[in-house]
Amino acid sequence: MELSADILLPGPGTAGRCLALTAPISFWGGVDPRSGAIIDARHPQRGQCIAGTVLALPGTIGSSSASAVLLELVHAGRAPAALLMNEPDAILLLGLVVAREMGWPTPPALRLPASQQKALDGRWLLLSQDGRITVR
Amino acid sequence: MVELTPQQRAVAAGAAGAGAAMALRIVAEAARLMGAPRLIPIASAHIDGALYHGDSGTLFAERLVADGAHVAVRATLNVGALSPAGCAAVRLPPHERDMAARMMRAYEAMGCEPSWTCAPYQAGHRPALGADVAWGESNAVVFCNSVLGARTNRYGDFLDIACAIAGVAPDYGLHRPENRIATMLMDATGLSPALRRSDVFYPVLGTIVGREAGAAVAVIEGLQGCTTEDRLKALGAAAASAGGVGLFHVAGVTPEAPDTDTALGHQPPRETLILTPQLLDEALARLSTVTGGERIDAVAIGSPHLSAAEVDALERLIAGRRLAIPLYANTGRHVLHPLEAQGRRAALEAAGVIFVVDTCVVVTPILPDIAGAVLMTNSGKFAHYAPGNTGYAVVYGSLGECVESAVAGRLIREPRAWS
Repeated sequence: MELSADILLPGPGTAGRCLALTAPISFWGGVDPRSGAIIDARHPQRGQCIAGTVLALPGTIGSSSASAVLLELVHAGRAPAALLMNEPDAILLLGLVVAREMGWPTPPALRLPASQQKALDGRWLLLSQDGRITVR
Repeated sequence: MVELTPQQRAVAAGAAGAGAAMALRIVAEAARLMGAPRLIPIASAHIDGALYHGDSGTLFAERLVADGAHVAVRATLNVGALSPAGCAAVRLPPHERDMAARMMRAYEAMGCEPSWTCAPYQAGHRPALGADVAWGESNAVVFCNSVLGARTNRYGDFLDIACAIAGVAPDYGLHRPENRIATMLMDATGLSPALRRSDVFYPVLGTIVGREAGAAVAVIEGLQGCTTEDRLKALGAAAASAGGVGLFHVAGVTPEAPDTDTALGHQPPRETLILTPQLLDEALARLSTVTGGERIDAVAIGSPHLSAAEVDALERLIAGRRLAIPLYANTGRHVLHPLEAQGRRAALEAAGVIFVVDTCVVVTPILPDIAGAVLMTNSGKFAHYAPGNTGYAVVYGSLGECVESAVAGRLIREPRAWS
């Protein structure tokens, strides 16, 4: 199966297992910036780790420090391999914009509706530079 | 596609130095992502980016300083990870402490004011009604939009300082009047007047606004004569931590809502939510992660930072008694310095209050590690973030219950009617 997504922020072609969150998340307070583990006690995917995954986000909430957590994950090598977002979130994506300005390797961010995210959970995804998503 | 003016293009290309160029490119990239057609001048900024989350943020700020960046507008600073004004001990390891201090110095070096508070609006930074500003820190954003009527989106770390340096922000979202009109009506008129006039109601209401409205703008009917600035602060902070709320209106109270009809832009609401005792009970229950048991290891208040009026209330409730467990009072130097001058700080500390200044207990390690510890709070925001950030389970209660529990060393509840 192949899907096509709009590119929010470009990055290299990449691959990873999809972790499709079932509830919106705040990166600050919700994700450990050192490990990438989901630490929000009330989040359904608590305890799972986002590092290296193709992380599908149905929504983002909460703190304006989400970008700092994402930048730190990039710097620590614990970022997702790619982000699939229901809609662009300037707060979160700024973490990737700054990572690029700092010259650090930056995962791509693509736009994919929440309705299409669910079916991808747990599947191995290949992402091309031009926004094609191949489901293995 | 965002269109830059010739001058902005020149700055982005380096005409005003590498730091200014990086800042403008970041602002322009955010504008592109959000579909903003242009960048607009801003009157001020509130910077959330100086809180240490890891070395990356320090390296970014130091890069800007090294490249000669300086803020172009008034910029206050949100909390940092250290407490230069003293008070509670921060248990950061040496490397982190050093990097956090370097980060705080870098932001001050760019010309930001060392306000170090998440309640800048109570520390003398109050932009005018209708002014465009670039504020970070979700509670400050929602207060700035809702209570002051100035216009800001929820500026994340890095974009806030980038806007302050560039003096411009992307023109989209809550900067545009058409996006400030409420589409959702929340009706509180059926709740008891006593409840609507109690402090403890507002974080619970905020939790509902966050969960039900999300990024939509809600107008709340039925709170005329019930609110104070601190109640609106608590409402906004809880709403912004429970959902993506950047703006709410309170009919007859907040500046863009002389009445419900005006707040709704003279259109019928797309959605109406009648607030009921049952909804409140559910939201109240969500604010605590433990039920049953009397164990309380510490109390934390002041998220957002306590105002002078809130410290007055704390002092009245303690009434000269000695606390059995620590009560962490999180506030800014704008509140602590006058308290000190009046000799009240020492008296409160003698009673067992621990002041946490320039920072707070959920953003940096201050609370001692205790297995199975329980934190009591009157803050919807602390209730939301404490379990993930401190490892403490959390119990929500009124300020009165927090103080009585701190005095008794165990959970004390007051009779209340959630109706």
